[in-house]
Amino acid sequence: MRAYLPDYQCSSANSLSEAFSFLEKGARPIAGGTDIMVLFDAGLLAPGDYVDILGISELKGITKKRNTLTLGALTTYSEVRQHKFLQTNFPILCESAKEVGAVAIQNRGTLGGNIANASPAADFPPALLVYEAKIHLVSSRGMRTIDYTKFHHGYKESELKKDELIHSVSLENHLSKHHHFWRKIGSRKAQAISKTMMAGVLKINKNVIEEVRISFGSVAPTAVRCTEVEKFLTGCPLNKNTIREAKQILLKDIHPIDDIRSTGKYRLAVSQNVLEEFLCGIG
Amino acid sequence: MKKLALTVNGKKYLLSPHPFSRLLDVLREDLKLTGTKEGCGEGECGACSVMLDGKLVNSCLVPVLQADGKQILTVEGLAKKYLTPIQESFLNCGGAQCGICTPGMLMAAYALNRNNKKPTQQEIREGLGGNLCRCTGYCQIIESVQKVGKTKPSTRKGKSRS
Repeated sequence: MRAYLPDYQCSSANSLSEAFSFLEKGARPIAGGTDIMVLFDAGLLAPGDYVDILGISELKGITKKRNTLTLGALTTYSEVRQHKFLQTNFPILCESAKEVGAVAIQNRGTLGGNIANASPAADFPPALLVYEAKIHLVSSRGMRTIDYTKFHHGYKESELKKDELIHSVSLENHLSKHHHFWRKIGSRKAQAISKTMMAGVLKINKNVIEEVRISFGSVAPTAVRCTEVEKFLTGCPLNKNTIREAKQILLKDIHPIDDIRSTGKYRLAVSQNVLEEFLCGIG
Repeated sequence: MKKLALTVNGKKYLLSPHPFSRLLDVLREDLKLTGTKEGCGEGECGACSVMLDGKLVNSCLVPVLQADGKQILTVEGLAKKYLTPIQESFLNCGGAQCGICTPGMLMAAYALNRNNKKPTQQEIREGLGGNLCRCTGYCQIIESVQKVGKTKPSTRKGKSRS
């Protein structure tokens, strides 16, 4: 059923301070609308006041300062995938942006929206987890910064307060000697929401794993870092036995369920295989 | 309601729609530009694709408030005096069957062609990846995009509307 228009109100904010005054009166933010408008069209969006934040210039742009790259919350998927520095240094972010929806969605959907929507199937979180991003939240009280690993609390629950906006995400560039891996499994190439997806970075030295970070999406209430697998792999020689054992240990890190897109059993088997694909591809 | 200024196919409109109205509905119902179609209404099928400030978007996912002060190009705005090379190519290659996906396909092809005059088959598949055709005419559609500009300029009269 279509939403009933008079139940909604929406105003545009052109600056952060303007946005805060709307948020403090209970309005909810809308940016690119690629999640909110889907709910709206289906008659499932909570009625009430919304504030359009898409025009706020403080939340836009990608800036580089020494070794730190900062992406404004309103950075679109298209901007991420086309950014040359990101392509070279944070390729998983570009690869994941490239697989969100298709061109028309990528032109509208934003980094901040992808995070704030807090879906376990969101495409950016696995990349942000392995790149150990920091997330900057802003409200009329000021700015606060937290590790991205601490942002998501549970299914659709996050650190973001009702009167706060995601300001930006920052990444440290120190992974030039690492292998970067991204794999998304969906029903088709375009427009698919994932059944499982994996991001991984790994540094190898004389066939011994020196550093590894692995993250999965769509297989737990939030995207997860696979700390058990990482702990096991670090310092191990990369061979068939290591890979076989890592696939078993993965069961401790991820807990996929049956839902509209897939079954827990399928997700688990495929996640194990994707992990194998990652480790076999090194070298 | 706040007045919104939309420039659609080069023509300026001053409208007072509900700010949460979908751009799609404003185009079709308020401006009677029914070339843009509604398929799924959830950003999956691309039938409602239009250009918003030079970028391809799904007009079913744009609250009209966010189109205030922006330039919009719909399928009606493609042809000027004659059909565009993209439209001509769709005609020559049989790129349209029932026609409901065609406006969206044309807009996605237009967006692709603006930045990439000689797209590979892979690039065409990706550029049109957000557009569904239920007549399964994908081969002809992809061929239509590959052959853009390879035939002589159109002599078919366009019926530009705005």
